Parts: sequence; structure tokens; C-alpha cells
Amino acid sequence: MPENSSSASATLPQLPKAPTGIEGLDEITEGGLPLGRPTLICGSAGCGKTLMGIEFLVRGITEFNEPGVLMAFEETAEELAANVASLGFDLKDLQARKLLRVDHVHVDRSEIEETGEYDLEGLFIRLGYAIDAVGAKRVVLDTIESLFSGFPNESVLRSEIRRLFRWLKDKGVTTIITAERGDGTLTRQGLEEYVSDCVILLDNRVIDQITTRRLRVVKYRGSTHGTNEYPYLITGEGISVLPVTSLRLEHEVSNNIVSSGVPALDEMFGRRGFYEGSSVLVTGTAGTAKTTLAAAFAEKICEENKRCLFFAFEESPQQLIRNMASVGIDLRGHVNEGRLRIEASRPTLNGLEQHLVTLHRLVKEFKPDAVVIDPITNLITVGNISEVRSMLTRLIDFLKVSGITAYFTALINGGVGRAEMTEEGVSSLVDTWISVRDLEGVGERNRGLSILKSRGMAHSNQVREFIVTEHGIELLDVVLGPTGIVTGAGRLTQQLQEHAQALASQQETERRDRELERRRRMLEANIANLRTEFESVEEELRQISTHEQSRNEALQSGKQRITAANPPAFNAPLSGETGK
Amino acid sequence: MEPEPSPGFREPAAPEYLLHLYITGATVNSTRAVRNIKDICEQYLKGRYELLIIDIFQQPELAQQEDLIGVPTLIKLRPGLVRRLVGDLSDRDRVLKALGLASPPDDPAGHE
Repeated sequence: MPENSSSASATLPQLPKAPTGIEGLDEITEGGLPLGRPTLICGSAGCGKTLMGIEFLVRGITEFNEPGVLMAFEETAEELAANVASLGFDLKDLQARKLLRVDHVHVDRSEIEETGEYDLEGLFIRLGYAIDAVGAKRVVLDTIESLFSGFPNESVLRSEIRRLFRWLKDKGVTTIITAERGDGTLTRQGLEEYVSDCVILLDNRVIDQITTRRLRVVKYRGSTHGTNEYPYLITGEGISVLPVTSLRLEHEVSNNIVSSGVPALDEMFGRRGFYEGSSVLVTGTAGTAKTTLAAAFAEKICEENKRCLFFAFEESPQQLIRNMASVGIDLRGHVNEGRLRIEASRPTLNGLEQHLVTLHRLVKEFKPDAVVIDPITNLITVGNISEVRSMLTRLIDFLKVSGITAYFTALINGGVGRAEMTEEGVSSLVDTWISVRDLEGVGERNRGLSILKSRGMAHSNQVREFIVTEHGIELLDVVLGPTGIVTGAGRLTQQLQEHAQALASQQETERRDRELERRRRMLEANIANLRTEFESVEEELRQISTHEQSRNEALQSGKQRITAANPPAFNAPLSGETGK
Repeated sequence: MEPEPSPGFREPAAPEYLLHLYITGATVNSTRAVRNIKDICEQYLKGRYELLIIDIFQQPELAQQEDLIGVPTLIKLRPGLVRRLVGDLSDRDRVLKALGLASPPDDPAGHE
């Protein structure tokens, strides 16, 4: 304790930690195990306690240049070396290079006779000698409780083990002690967990015939740590604890756009596609061309000379290629050229975690730009909803952090369970959600596609009918009927009706035009009539006025003649006189 | 496990009892063990034993070699099966039994 406080005040910000190098464990423990202190790893049989201890040592040597000592109470050095050889750990070589020392402590009750007081100094000396021999910074004591079976005097053992832990701390070596899990307690002796500064509990659980191993950090003196149960796996490269990646929502985002592979579908998005590195979910009932959409996307990715990893949980690669070829999506060429990789397996082949690890491994190997999983709902056969959800969360996180565009399909059927799973379980995780569904009308079903959400860009709100043709997926133009969008035969009828209507209205217009023409002509005729009438009237009036004028003139001349007949009138009235 | 050496095979000089006592310096348990084994040997095995006292503080490599855990440890290499006696040897009855020696009043002095 005193050294605790002094070291804590000296390096106030952070407790010094020894990274384990075990995938994921350092994230959970926020840097590794407490440096120079003992850590207990407990668990029942078959959890991988010994393996975790050995991996801690081997990674310490290979990655952090810290030699180690393995004190094994249960297995001999040869057995241990043989057991971990399959993981690529060459203990013999490390021993030969004086980086590792393995000491098998043989404890046999029948050989040991207690004859009085004793202590475990022999163990201390062995350990001390081994540590000094290789300059060890890390020590693993594999199942120290074996001592209890060999030495009947429990009180001596307890005090000696306490002393051992103290002594290891003083030596400044980072120690892992493994212990068998007790009944209702962390360890059988109920001792190690109190003298250790960090306790990691391993658990091996079988639910629905599928085994999942889980890890939990029970305590960690002087440090925060992830408190959840994290699944872990024993893989070909050692232990892998998940989540391997982000426990936080921190990742780079891209502004680039990737096409969906269906031009008309791109048109429905405000920016003509998906954001690169985003996650896309296509949900739909059976037979709504989810796989075809996914294949179109994969083809598009490959056409742009990028790489795509396609996980098919329903079809074999050959079948997928053949089926997609029938709708004009050529995957074979891309597979041959190495841009597309199809990984097909039954979901029940592995547990969820194994799937996740496979995926991680393949992504690391293949370095794809996009990953397609068809369909994620099949995974639910392997685990329950919450497990699948947590797996998918980690998967999506992993892909996002890697900047890989993820394209998932999910089967939903009328049933409640799965719809819930996708809607509540996954939809909040994905950025873009496309729904394809059957639009069932009178006597037929058609496929409709709509965008339920698309984070960060505008999108069309229409339900578009689409058909799968020999040239891929085609979205049809929207046809609006009196009660909304119409599809299939309904759409055709609607189109016919519209055509007829258009024809009728055209004829109507023509008829109206003709009517107008007739009227115009009639009016014009009327106008001409009126004009002739007017002309004749005018003519008459003019005649009348001419007559009147000539009568007036005659009258005038008569009057003149009368006046001339008196004095001045001699020649003019003559003619007028004669007219009468 | 150990093949029992036939008495004729041994050199005549080789004593009947070969005992190794591993101790850790001058700790209480160690000194008590040394005293106890010397007492026992003088009392029961006078002239028939060879006792080797090894301080593993001085030779720590022996600790692993001899697979020592508890200290002090007395290893009886001869005669009979190898036996390990852990402790300060103050439980004389058990020590004698383990060494194949009769406790004082009893008569069979070893089975050989």
C-alpha cells in the first residue's frame, strides 16, 4: 500500500500498465495489466486460463521485449510446449534464446511427508532464480492452488502465498496467477482474488448448444476498466477478446459517395449514392430481390476497381454467381480478377463470435472497400437477438472504423421476432435503410422499394416499383393512381386509362376547335350579310338624297326663272316652263 | 519408480542411508531441522548414514533440479524408495516412519 500511494502521487495521471498484447484485452483494461503487480485469471475448466497466461508471456517477449517465467504446477514444460505449438508459440525456441524459462513444479501428496514447520522458501528461491536467470519482467503461475493438494497445512500455505504475492510485487514483475473457479466464489481457496490487484474472470457458457466464452474484469485496483462481459475466442493466433475495436463512437467520416449499383436508386438519394464507409441495410420479405440488390452493389464496387468482400450465408459462391448472371450481374469476372471475394458458409457453422473473428480476419487479409453480408438475419439462428445485436454493433463499428462501406441485407417476415430485430435492433446502427417489399394487389405481387432513412442526405419519399430484368434491376417511373401509387397490372390499367383519357380529351379539344371555326365562319357570314344590307340601305339613302337634291335644284331654277320673268327673267324660266 | 539398488552393487564404503537435507540459510526452521536430523541419525543410524546438508540460498539452481517447494526438505535417497520429508523434522514419529526406522520402543528396525 505505501508504495501504491507513492507511485500514484509520483505518476498521478495513470497507473503504469503492462500491455498484454492479447487482442482486445488491452482495450478493456485500458492499457493492460497492472505493471509489477499480480493479476488473477480465474475460470472453470476449458476457459483458456493457461493459454492466456502463456500468450501474455509470449507476446511480452515477442512484442514488448520482456522476458518471462512460467511456473507450471499442472503440466510439464513439454506438454505446455506441445499444447501451444498449434498457436504458433514456440516455447522451446524462446527457452533456448533465454527469453523464457519454464519450471514445472511437481506437487504430489503421496511423496510429501510433513514433519514439522516449514515454509515455501523453496518455491521462492526457484522462482527468484528463474527470474534472475532470464531477467524476467513477467511471471505466470499456472494454478498455484495445486499446492493446496500437496500440502495439507492450509494456514502455512495461505500465509506463504500471501508472502509470495508480496514478494513478487517487491520484485516488480507483472504476474498472472491462474486459478480454478470455486463454487460460488472466484477461486477455490478464496484467497488469490484478495491478494491480486486485478481479477479477470473467464467463463464458458453453453446456450442453445452453442458455446460462448466470455471475459469480465472483476476488479482492477487503481484503474477504470470495461465492466461488461466480453466474448472472447481462442483462435489460431491466440486469444481474441471482442470488442476488438471501438468502445466509443469515434471514427473518421468520408464525404465520398459510392453508388448503389442501380442508377435509378442512386437518383433517389440526394447525393446520388451512399456515403463511403457508411452502413446500408436492405430489409425485405422473402423474394424481394435483396440479394440481387446486394450483388448489384458488389458489382458496381468491383467495376470501380475497388475490392468487395461478399459473405453469403444462404448460397454457395457458384450458385450466387450463376443466379446473378441470369439477371445480368456478372460476378465471375470480378471473382477471377480478385476484386470480389465470396465467402459462403452456413451461419450455424460457427458461433457468432467465430463469425465475427472470421470476418475480422478476412477483412484484414483482403482489405476490401466494401463488405456485403447476405443476410444478417440468418445469424439469429446462432444466437439470440441481443447477442446478434451486440455482434452486429461491433461488426458495424469495426467496418466504420476501417472506413469500409457495409451493405447488409435482412430478411423480415410477418413474424414479430425478426421484424423487431431489424427494426429495433439494427436500424439504429445503420446509416441508410432501404426497404423492399411486396406490393400485393389484385391477383399479383410486385416489388416496391423505398428509402426509410438516409443519414446525412436528402432522399426521395416515393415508393418505387422495380423489376428484375435480364439487365439487372430497373426502377419504373412512378405512376400515381386515384388512391396512391399503382403497380403491376394496376399500373398498366392505369396507364391505359390515362391514355384513353388523353385521347378523349384530345378529341374534345379538336371538336371544340371545329365548333369555334364553325361559329367564326357563321359570324363572318352574318357580318357579310349585314354589310350587304347596309350597302343596299346606303344605296337607297344615297338615291333618295340625290333625288332630293335634283328636285331642290329644279325648284331653285324655277324660282330664278320666276324672278327673271318679272323684270330680269327672260331666258332661264323658259326651259322650266316647258318641263311642266 | 526408482530402481532399488541392490546392496551388493554398492561400494562397500557406501553407507546404508543416504540423506539430503535442503535448508535455507540459518532460518529457525532450517537450524531446527539440522539439529533434529543430526539427533535422529546419531540415535538410530550411527555409522550407517551419509547426510548431506545443502543450503539452497547458496545453490539456488538445485531448487528446481530437486523440485523443492517447502523448505526444509529432507530427501531420503537410500534405502528403498525415495521419500521427501517436508518440515523441521520435529515430528519424530513421522520422520522415523518415513525413514523406515522403528520408533524407539518398537522392535523392527527397518524392513531391510
